[in-house]
Amino acid sequence: MVGAATCGRAAGAQNITKVIRDELASRQIEATVIEVGCMGHCYAEPLVLIQKPDNPTICYGYVSEGLASMLVREFIAGDDPCIEFALAAMEVNDFIPTFEDFPRGMVEKKVVMQHCGIIDPENIDHYIANGGYEALAKAIHKSGEEVVSEIKTSGLRGRGGAGFPTGVKWETCRQFKEDVKYVICNADEGDPGAFMDRTLLESNPHQVLEGLALAAHAVGASKGYLYIRAEYPLAVERIEKAINQAEESGLLGESILGTDFNLTLEIFQGSGAFVCGEETALIASMEGEPGIPRHRPPFPAEAGLWGKPTVINNVKTLSYIPHIIRKGADWFRETGTPDSPGTAVFALAGKVINTGLVEVPMGVTLSQLVYDVGSGIDGGKQFKAVQIGGPSGGCLPESFLETAIDFDSLNQAGAMMGSGGMVVMDEDDCMVEIARYFLDFTQNESCGKCTFCRLGTKQMLEILERITKGEGALEDIDTLLNLAKNVKTGSLCNLGKTAPNPVLSTLKHFRNEYEAHITEGRCPSLMCLNLIAYYILPDKCERSCDACIGSCPVESIFSNEDRIKVVDQEKCVKCKSCMDACPPQYSAVVKLSPPELVQEKENDNG
Amino acid sequence: MKLTNEEKTAAIETSLRVLSNYNQEKGSLIPTLQQIQNELGYVPSPAMEVVAEHFNVMKVDVYSIVTFYNQFRLTPPGKNQVKVCMGTACHMRGGNIIMDSWKRRLEIDCGETSEDREFSLDRVACVGCCTQAPVTLINDEIHAKVTPTRVEGLLYAYQLDKDKENKKAGEDN
Repeated sequence: MVGAATCGRAAGAQNITKVIRDELASRQIEATVIEVGCMGHCYAEPLVLIQKPDNPTICYGYVSEGLASMLVREFIAGDDPCIEFALAAMEVNDFIPTFEDFPRGMVEKKVVMQHCGIIDPENIDHYIANGGYEALAKAIHKSGEEVVSEIKTSGLRGRGGAGFPTGVKWETCRQFKEDVKYVICNADEGDPGAFMDRTLLESNPHQVLEGLALAAHAVGASKGYLYIRAEYPLAVERIEKAINQAEESGLLGESILGTDFNLTLEIFQGSGAFVCGEETALIASMEGEPGIPRHRPPFPAEAGLWGKPTVINNVKTLSYIPHIIRKGADWFRETGTPDSPGTAVFALAGKVINTGLVEVPMGVTLSQLVYDVGSGIDGGKQFKAVQIGGPSGGCLPESFLETAIDFDSLNQAGAMMGSGGMVVMDEDDCMVEIARYFLDFTQNESCGKCTFCRLGTKQMLEILERITKGEGALEDIDTLLNLAKNVKTGSLCNLGKTAPNPVLSTLKHFRNEYEAHITEGRCPSLMCLNLIAYYILPDKCERSCDACIGSCPVESIFSNEDRIKVVDQEKCVKCKSCMDACPPQYSAVVKLSPPELVQEKENDNG
Repeated sequence: MKLTNEEKTAAIETSLRVLSNYNQEKGSLIPTLQQIQNELGYVPSPAMEVVAEHFNVMKVDVYSIVTFYNQFRLTPPGKNQVKVCMGTACHMRGGNIIMDSWKRRLEIDCGETSEDREFSLDRVACVGCCTQAPVTLINDEIHAKVTPTRVEGLLYAYQLDKDKENKKAGEDN
């Protein structure tokens, strides 16, 4: 099995699949090669799992072409499982540890990700063999009311970010006695830094379909849509196949499983507007309008698509449904915190060693996520903050590391669960720059309906840009705080209401960095391009080495009369190539801030 | 960018063909535009006119949709479409530096197509490959952990492929 979700493909999984197929064919070995989804261990992509009779299933990471053919040669054709290249075993055995034996395994608890990366997403039988569609078969003979009440008792809260109780939403929609109702799966994952919906769609599409079918049965809808981002072509492809298979098996379509329940599902491709993650904007775009949110109430559950009662749930929310129906509400409540039961899926990215997707019980601490799951900060650097919840979220500093995280505690801390994107930052990341980045994003994505969101975020962005260029003034901070308050209150939808969060949280926890930019023209993290300069330390430069000259894309580095390399500051585009190219034993290239320091250094050296 | 007459005809013909598969319900408006862009690579003004007529809406309404959503482009793309991911993880790992490298090497700005129509350069909000940051898409292929030197390498590889093709074309003739 080869992990071939988008992340795996980016790392070269398709090439690996080809190598394995060729190698097997040339040796005339009969073996099934399956492209599976993502287990969440994205840091070690490409991943290969080998299942051989009388052996535990072993997972190999960082698989290169050479290793792939060696595994076929030594393990499949021979008897040597090449333990030194194994990441972990999938089941308990005597010689290779399993994923559960690592610190990450202690924290992790998989529910919706249980079968991701292990089953073939394009084969419905794999899903069914693992208990798939059992919940649908069970629930279809119950009334919709019973299903709704089960979900209500489970306490499941919407995983799209806001954490609204799913059961309550369904109940509202169910109450309306209309002939036509709709269910929609919201897979318009626009948050930069979040990729869990993509992974779930690509790795276990039937789980989402079953959840959507259960939602339709519960509220009495016979038409459903999956609203998927056009940027996720593989997800669209796999969902399409899954719908066809389910229809052929009588699990979707007319008189499902011999009952009078009908459900047709269709895919609607989003077209790249972040605001369409908002329910009413999503509906507007399906109706052929620009995705502009409208005032609620009426809520979509009362009057949604084409004015009909509509339930919209996120991919993750729907993925939990089959499990809850199958194992019961009490089972679900066993995990997590009383007010936020169940697990949460986080996309861990940024400066941690082991990036990837992880599913953990609600209520784990940030430090467990960063250090146990992520194995700590890359390159021995100092932890600085976690940006959680995407553009709607905030930055939490070290003092929050021991906070147990769930919907409510994050809101209190000034961040948000959002869709669960977590970007870890270290000492090299500038908090003013990160605030500017998110404001740039929200300002770009604002639909323009509310004046404060349209113009307020623009003003804030301009101020932040000035500060990152070293042209800010101290009163800018007060203006920022003031604008943030007004944008929050003056905006209709959550895009505007949460847009100032990154600014507010960085100002609260990292005000000193703002001040350093403003008063000293210095970026303490050496990140803001306008406030840094690259400099080659003359006493560290190895004169006969030309690595930096070769790497510079604009020929800004030259040798002076002592054959020491010097950066021409006028020409330098600050791309960091020279710093990366300088051999680690010399480490002669440094960044200086403010840039004027270069002149001082040069004067010191005569 | 001025369209040639052939491009105008192609736009109208393709749009009519796409529209013949869709009813006139407004819910099909965005899917038809997506389909047109899939086939043409962009949504030119003549296509918008045809679409507006089909759905019985004003042309400006179609224009407002095409300009509202990031997915649609108004000008023909290059033969090779370079898209630089600007998601959070890519940004933190130097996505803007990669964007600068592409701009410098292709000598075009983001959103533009090179004079010879070989390359176009765009930004995407996030392709969801955050663990492989920073990433660049060339056509539909994702390139992970891109550095400025890798930008040069990718272009060099492209040049080699092209030389090979030219040579082959020369031999065939």
